[in-house]
Amino acid sequence: MRPALAILALLLALAAPAAAFDPREALPDPALETRARGLSAQLRCLVCQNQSIDDSAADLAKDMRRVVRERLTAGDSDGQVIAYLQQRYGDFVLLKPPMKPETWLLWFGPLLVLLAAAGGLWIAWRRRRAVPAAGPVPLSAEERRRLAELTADR
Amino acid sequence: MVAELGHYALVLALLVSLVQSSVPLVGAARGDAGMMAVAGPAAQALLALLAFSFLALMHAFVNSDFSVLAVALHSHSAKPLIYKIAGTWGNHEGSMLLWVLILALFGGLVARYGANLPPSLKSRALAVQGMLAAGFLLFILFTSNPFARVLPPPPDGNGLNPLLQDPALAIHPPMLYVGYVGLSICFSFAIAALLEGRVDPAWARWVRPWTLTAWLFLTGGIALGSWWAYYELGWGGWWYWDPVENASFMPWLVATALLHSAIVVEKRDTLKGWTILLAILAFALSLIGTFLVRSGVLTSVHAFAVDPARGVFILALLVVSIGGALALYAWRVPDLKGGGLFAPISREGGLVLNNLLLATATATVFIGTLYPLLLDAVTGQSVSVGPPYYNATFVPLMVPLLIVMGVGPLLAWKRADLRGITGRLLTAGAATLVVAVWVGSLPLNRHAEAYDLATLAGFAGTLRLPAAALGMALAAWLVLGALGEWARRVGLFRLRPDESWQRARGLPLAAHGMTVAHLGVAIAVAGFVGAGLWKHEVGRVLKPGESLTVERWQIVLAKLEDETGPNYKARRAVFVVTEDGGAPFLMAPEKRIYDTQGQPTTEAAIRTTGLTNLYLVLGDEAGGGAWAVRVLVEPMVPVMYYGIMVMMAGGLMSLLDRRSRVGAPRRARAAPVAGGPAAAPAHGDD
Repeated sequence: MRPALAILALLLALAAPAAAFDPREALPDPALETRARGLSAQLRCLVCQNQSIDDSAADLAKDMRRVVRERLTAGDSDGQVIAYLQQRYGDFVLLKPPMKPETWLLWFGPLLVLLAAAGGLWIAWRRRRAVPAAGPVPLSAEERRRLAELTADR
Repeated sequence: MVAELGHYALVLALLVSLVQSSVPLVGAARGDAGMMAVAGPAAQALLALLAFSFLALMHAFVNSDFSVLAVALHSHSAKPLIYKIAGTWGNHEGSMLLWVLILALFGGLVARYGANLPPSLKSRALAVQGMLAAGFLLFILFTSNPFARVLPPPPDGNGLNPLLQDPALAIHPPMLYVGYVGLSICFSFAIAALLEGRVDPAWARWVRPWTLTAWLFLTGGIALGSWWAYYELGWGGWWYWDPVENASFMPWLVATALLHSAIVVEKRDTLKGWTILLAILAFALSLIGTFLVRSGVLTSVHAFAVDPARGVFILALLVVSIGGALALYAWRVPDLKGGGLFAPISREGGLVLNNLLLATATATVFIGTLYPLLLDAVTGQSVSVGPPYYNATFVPLMVPLLIVMGVGPLLAWKRADLRGITGRLLTAGAATLVVAVWVGSLPLNRHAEAYDLATLAGFAGTLRLPAAALGMALAAWLVLGALGEWARRVGLFRLRPDESWQRARGLPLAAHGMTVAHLGVAIAVAGFVGAGLWKHEVGRVLKPGESLTVERWQIVLAKLEDETGPNYKARRAVFVVTEDGGAPFLMAPEKRIYDTQGQPTTEAAIRTTGLTNLYLVLGDEAGGGAWAVRVLVEPMVPVMYYGIMVMMAGGLMSLLDRRSRVGAPRRARAAPVAGGPAAAPAHGDD
């Protein structure tokens, strides 16, 4: 985070925040308003810890919610609104990280793990079948002693 | 004076832990019974010293001794007594002390109740516990001394963060810590088994109750945290995929996998290396969770770099303990001989698939949580990983897991005959289909507002209906799978009712526990799906006397009033609500301002019908005496928590099964045929 942004964040965090989403912000058209709420839930409040602008009470989140509604009223598609905010605030604003070379590992990591684990499992299973199971482990001296003790009781 | 004694006890505890971590280990290597016997008394002494130290800190908090820095920074004389007590662990220093105390508590329990453990295993496990305690005691004494004094003492303290002044949050950290730290026992037993060079069904049995205990507390702690976020933060959400939440969720996922893989070791003497690895990873993730939350690295990588002392210390602890454990694992695991073979379609196969999916799910959460930190540290770029990511990666992994979970318990060990259960599967499948169609036709799906699962995954309205139908169908599938297995075991409808009753009574408690736990998962899944997809929200600006109608509720704003609490001032809105012309009731959401920190908090008003929550939040003043109000209708949110409770009840039943009671020396004598703890479990399946 750049220093100016950090200072801004600090100031906003100190200022008494308003409540989260306020019904007065709502657009008159219910379909448009639903889209606005859906988009707000996908955008991160930049000065908060892991909150969407829909959940956040910070003033910056309020401003961003207004921007979303302005763009929608102006006729932007959902994708255009997202692109507009991404251009202004960077990838950080997207709660759904963009797909790009730097995030390939993020997006495909889980799949790789699944494939690697499944592959490992397959190999282990094949190998296990090839080699007959080892016989039971022989008892240790201590265990033989205990066994003798226990059977002597009877 | 008391604070100094507490500090002194802490230093003594460090010395004891050093003895506990070395002498028994040498004793076990040499076969010296005297040296091995040191482990037990040392563990008990460690527990006594740490308990004393913790009570000394609590004494400072209860008496508001502001000459102790931690008290001055985190407490306040006007706080209610319960929050003064909870304040002991409501700060970094105190919570770390609680962490080691719980570690010592588990060590003490093993020492006290582990009489039937082989002496070398017991002393080695306790030595590993001692090493962990020593590491964290060094951390506390050198970087986070809870007894540090401040001179001159301030006239009053800073106060607790008002969001945290809440009964659920007072007990949430200790519960979570018991879960986190309880996994240390599995870790210590795993290391001890690697040192011994053998893992057998008896080992799995000894570890099971500890894993179950840790799992129960983790589940409870996570649920409590979620419930707190639900009613306190005022957003009506219950899980945010926040890194702090993820930090506790990852050990839970691995502990769940461990519970299941340990069953395979216990019953079939196979999957040993994997189970040991899970035991190590479960605690490793607990440590990583502690590191993430305690080092400040989550707030920002840069904040961590500015004051790195604590973070670097925990990081070093992490590297030494996890790295050491994994190195030992790599070295010794080839010696662990695998046991029974099994076909892919078998109970073992189902459990392996369960583990594969749970492990991948854990890896997904791990990647999502740590990727932003890593990317920032390496390239300086910042990305956010929020709920949409997890909905697209984690949720799809749960679908096959739940399908397997419905079938798995029906399969026989070793080699299952699918044809034998085809009839059962077809019945369950048909019933599942009926549920899917029925859920798809529910009016709940028609509300445009659902901002959680579907919208976040980027599918908006188009996918919400199929998602709800699929989710509920999976829940139904699970119910039928769990009940079907139980019915087969007791011979329901196949035998005479009295014979079935006899069989049900003859089943071990753990078997009933599994059925109940799986039913709990089914109920919770139904809850997650409904709560995520059927939320309905209305926001309005109201003046006193005005009303609005949301679904079947008529909501009238009666009046606004001011209230003064012990250390806060509140503005409260009183609503009169009637449900479909029924008897009216009052709901009163508040906005509070705490005296010390001036930060407003919302107290939502929640009314539950048992299936649906009505959730009211008071927003800002809109001028002219009008107030912004949010009304959320949240179907299935209570069901989600019922499911978790049922799941925990199942775990508890399994824990209370006398077969899993560790260290009941009576047990060995009461089982004449068993002939010692290493005997294979007498109870099979059928």
